[in-house]
Formats: sequence, structure tokens, C-alpha cells
Amino acid sequence: MKRFATLPPLAMLGLVITVFWLLMTVAGPWLAPHDAAALVDDDVFGPISARFPLGSDYLGRDMLSRILFGARFTVALALSAAVLASTGGTLLGLLAATAGGWIDNILSRLLDTLISIPGKMFALMMVASFGSSAPVLIATAAIGYLPGAYRIARALAVNVQAMDFVQAARARGEGLAYITCVEILPNMIRPVLADFGLRFVFIVLLLSGLSFLSLGVQPPDADWGSLVRENIAGLSEGAPAVLVPALAIASLTIGVNLWIDNLRGAKDA
Amino acid sequence: MNATIARLLLQRFALALVTLLMVSVVVFAITNLLPGDAAEESLGQAATPEAVAALRAQFGLDQPAPLRYARWLGHLLSGNPGASLLNGKPVAVLIGQRLPSSLVLAGVTAAVSVPLALALGILSAMLSGTLFDRAVNVGTVALVSVPEFLIATLAVLLFAVKLRWLSALSHTDEIGSFTDFVRAYAMPVFTLCCVIVAQMARMTRAALLDQLDAPYVEMARLKGAGPVRVVLVHALPNAIGPIANAVALSLSYLLGGVLIVETVFNYPGIANLMVDAVTTRDIPLVQACAMIFCGAYLLLVMLADILAIVANPRLRNQ
Repeated sequence: MKRFATLPPLAMLGLVITVFWLLMTVAGPWLAPHDAAALVDDDVFGPISARFPLGSDYLGRDMLSRILFGARFTVALALSAAVLASTGGTLLGLLAATAGGWIDNILSRLLDTLISIPGKMFALMMVASFGSSAPVLIATAAIGYLPGAYRIARALAVNVQAMDFVQAARARGEGLAYITCVEILPNMIRPVLADFGLRFVFIVLLLSGLSFLSLGVQPPDADWGSLVRENIAGLSEGAPAVLVPALAIASLTIGVNLWIDNLRGAKDA
Repeated sequence: MNATIARLLLQRFALALVTLLMVSVVVFAITNLLPGDAAEESLGQAATPEAVAALRAQFGLDQPAPLRYARWLGHLLSGNPGASLLNGKPVAVLIGQRLPSSLVLAGVTAAVSVPLALALGILSAMLSGTLFDRAVNVGTVALVSVPEFLIATLAVLLFAVKLRWLSALSHTDEIGSFTDFVRAYAMPVFTLCCVIVAQMARMTRAALLDQLDAPYVEMARLKGAGPVRVVLVHALPNAIGPIANAVALSLSYLLGGVLIVETVFNYPGIANLMVDAVTTRDIPLVQACAMIFCGAYLLLVMLADILAIVANPRLRNQ
């Protein structure tokens, strides 16, 4: 609790924004004043008003409700993909570091090849071949960002493994599973968590970028990237419907970044 | 000494080629994993088993995957990656029409962003800890973490809608004068610059600050050299390697950025072509575009590696 109270203001802000969007992901649909698909405004691209706090979209739907419903896709899809990428990468990294030898060689070669394909290119090829359903999007982002998590986890585990207390555990005759879970993993959890946050940000940007290209979440569902795309015609009128979802994404990614910067800084201190 | 460098460069080049070959296997695998194939796709509803089999034989789809991969790679290397499924035009022609525009866009962006990023990075390292440094730091963090389309839409809103200086779309086909050129390129280049200048400036600053921690810098300070002299005369020459490395790596972020930028401004480049190809699931075109992008990416990464080796004698012994 003491640590919480001494957070620097920027990290605090980041934490508040992140927690706010996580809550909205869970509670958004109940809080939304209208149904995401309901045509409630006679005006299209309506301005910010008391009745429509974030304006209305190109069909006259309430933007606040669309954003709240969209959080499900933007946050939840990216979160599941980031969890898969980080856990998968960390487990494989641990395996490579502790097993060494040919397992390490094969894993490293394989994932180095994947890392040589820019994330967006990989995603475009996956979508061209498998379509853009939610499972495909999650798998694409998870596979695309797994190699980075693997590299970090492997490097960390190799370092921790060389420490005296791990040698001592080996000398005591502890099993591989015990050493991995009790001695190595707890000592690399902080940088792995920071990396998880970073991966989440990358995945949010990747998936919303895909949706912006109409290649991500497909109608009638809409994440925040789709909301920017479908309202792009309102840009010439300066409609809030274009900017609000883009700013929502930016607030989420900047918020998470501020929070991780602190996590990293604390590690260095 | 020169022989060592030449050997290392050759090694890197060979490594890049092997990686590109492995990338091509992945590209081929992803785009050929689907149970349905191009034959069924192009026949659509009218697909009788016999028609599908005949077409599969015509496309060579009835052969085993390694053979198809070898044939695909052969065609790719001979500059004939097949025909578009959508309109039957040769993929090489489609790409040839678009590639030059993308290279111009990338070239202009690099010409604007590299000096700008270096200036920002060096200045904020020199003024490290001051208000300027912190402002640059917060600004670049924000730019790195927002989606490219936010920057693009804000640029359109500001320059095309509010100020009415520029048109919201890029009209590269009507360039007659320098003013036309600036009008067509200003917003795409501005958006791309925002993305990579932030990356480059941060990495430049980090590389310089790394040098500023070194003992020889402390020596220079004790000798009485001012902060400007310490950075420009003592630290900068030693940071050239890491900075050149950072520039090459940051330029690879262009590849992701152009996908969004070319689409937003309807710029007739290869990224726009690829997005269209993905939308219509025109696999041969997707494969060829993906290989070009991956090749360009590997080229930049290799360049970054080589620059680091050339600039840092200690890396030559690895």
C-alpha cells in the first residue's frame, strides 16, 4: 500500500486510465445509454451535446454507446492475444534457457525467422488466407508478438540461471520444475510484466490498424479502429465521431505506456 | 583489418539471404495452409468436382507442397510471380506500376525525418534534464504510442479542413511544379515523419547519453570542456555507430506506417496495392508484396547491423 501511495503522478495517471478502460470493458454494455446499433439521432455526425455526450455517427447512432460496446473488442481481443503471446513466449523462453542444446537452437532459429517478418505484414497475410474472425485475429497477434516475448524471457532466464542461488538449488538436488518455477520465474517476473504491457500496446495498435483498413473486426461488430474507419467521411465536417474513437485508442496506449515506464524505472532504481 | 570487415560483411549478407529464404517458406506456408484453394475460389458456386480437379491441375495445385514451393520460388526469383487472381494481369506489372511511387514517398520521408530526428535527439541529449529535454521526451513517447491513423486524421483536420491549405487526398498524378509536389506529399510525409522521427530521436538521445556516461567524457568535463563541446566533439563521434544503427532500424518502421498512410491519403503505392489485394484475397499479389516488404525490412536490419560493425571495432571480433 505504501508503494502504491508513492507512485509518481504520471504513472498514477497511466494506472487510472488503464483501470478505467478495463472497467469499461467489463461494464461498458450495461452503462451504455443506448444499444450500439440503435438509430437514435436524426442528425448524422451530430456534435457533442447533452443528449449525445460524444456526438453521433454516420447513421445517427450514439457514439458514447458505440465506444462503450467497442471496448469489448479493442481491449478484450488485445488482452487475450497479449496474454497468449506473453505466456507462450515466456514458457518457451524458459524451456529454451533451461533445456539448452538443440531445443534452444531450434526454437531460437524458428522464432528468429518469425521476427524477421514485420508484424503488420504477418497480419495481412494471415487475414488474406484465413479471413478476419475474432479467433484468427487473436491467433495472428499472439503468434506475431510471441517471438519478442520469447527473446526477452530467454535472455532473462539465462541470466538468472547463472546466479548462485540457482546453482545452490541444483546442488541440493531440486528438480527442473522446482528450479524453474520457484527459483527462476519469480526473479524475472517484473521485466516480463513490463514487456507484457508493451506487447498489449503493440497489439492494440496492430488490431485497430487492421480494423482501420477494414481488415480487422467485421461489421456489425466494431472495435475503436472500425469506428474511426466507418466515420472517416465525417472528417471534413470535423465530426467528433472520427476523433473520439482514435483518441480513445491513444488514451489507452499512452496510459499503459506511462504505467510500464514506471515499472521499468522502478526496476532500474 | 579490411579483410576482416569484408568477411564480416559477407557473413551478414549471407545470413540475410538465408533469413529471407526462411521468410519465403513462412510466407508460402501461411498463404497455402487453407483447405480451400485458388481453384475452388475462382470457380465459386459453379465448382463441380471435375472442374475443380481440372483447374487444380492447371494451377499445379495437385502437386505436393515442397514442389509447389520450389516452383513458386523459381517464378519469384525469375521476376515472374504469376498473375493476379482478380484481373489476370501479371503481378510483376501491377507492382512495377506502384513501386516507384512508394520509393519516392519513402525517400522524401527519409530526407526530411533523418536530419530532424538527429537534431532533436542531439539537442535533447545536450540539454538532458532540462524542460526542453522533458518536453521532447513526453512528445516522442506520445507519438510512438498513438495509432498512425490518429496522426493522419488530425493532420487532415488541421491542414485540409480548418486551414484549407491542402487537399485531403494526395494527387500525385497532377504534379507540374514544386508547389504541386509539396501539396501532394506534405501530409503523407508529415504523418510518416511523426512516427519515425519520434523513434529515431529517442534512440539517438539514448545512444548519446550512453556515451556521456563513459569515463573519457568525465575526463573532458574535468578538463573544462563545456556541455556543447563535450557532446559535439567528444561523445558524438563515438555515438555515430549506434545512431546510424538506430536510423536504419527506425526507417524499418516506415514499412508499417505506409500501409495506413497510403490508404488514408489514397496514395498510389505498393502498400495500398497490398491492402487491396488482401481485401480481395488475391493471394499471388499478396505473396509478392509481402516478399518485397520483408526483403526491404531485412535489408534495413542488415544495414543497421553492418553500420554497427563498421563503426565499432570491438564488434569485429565476434
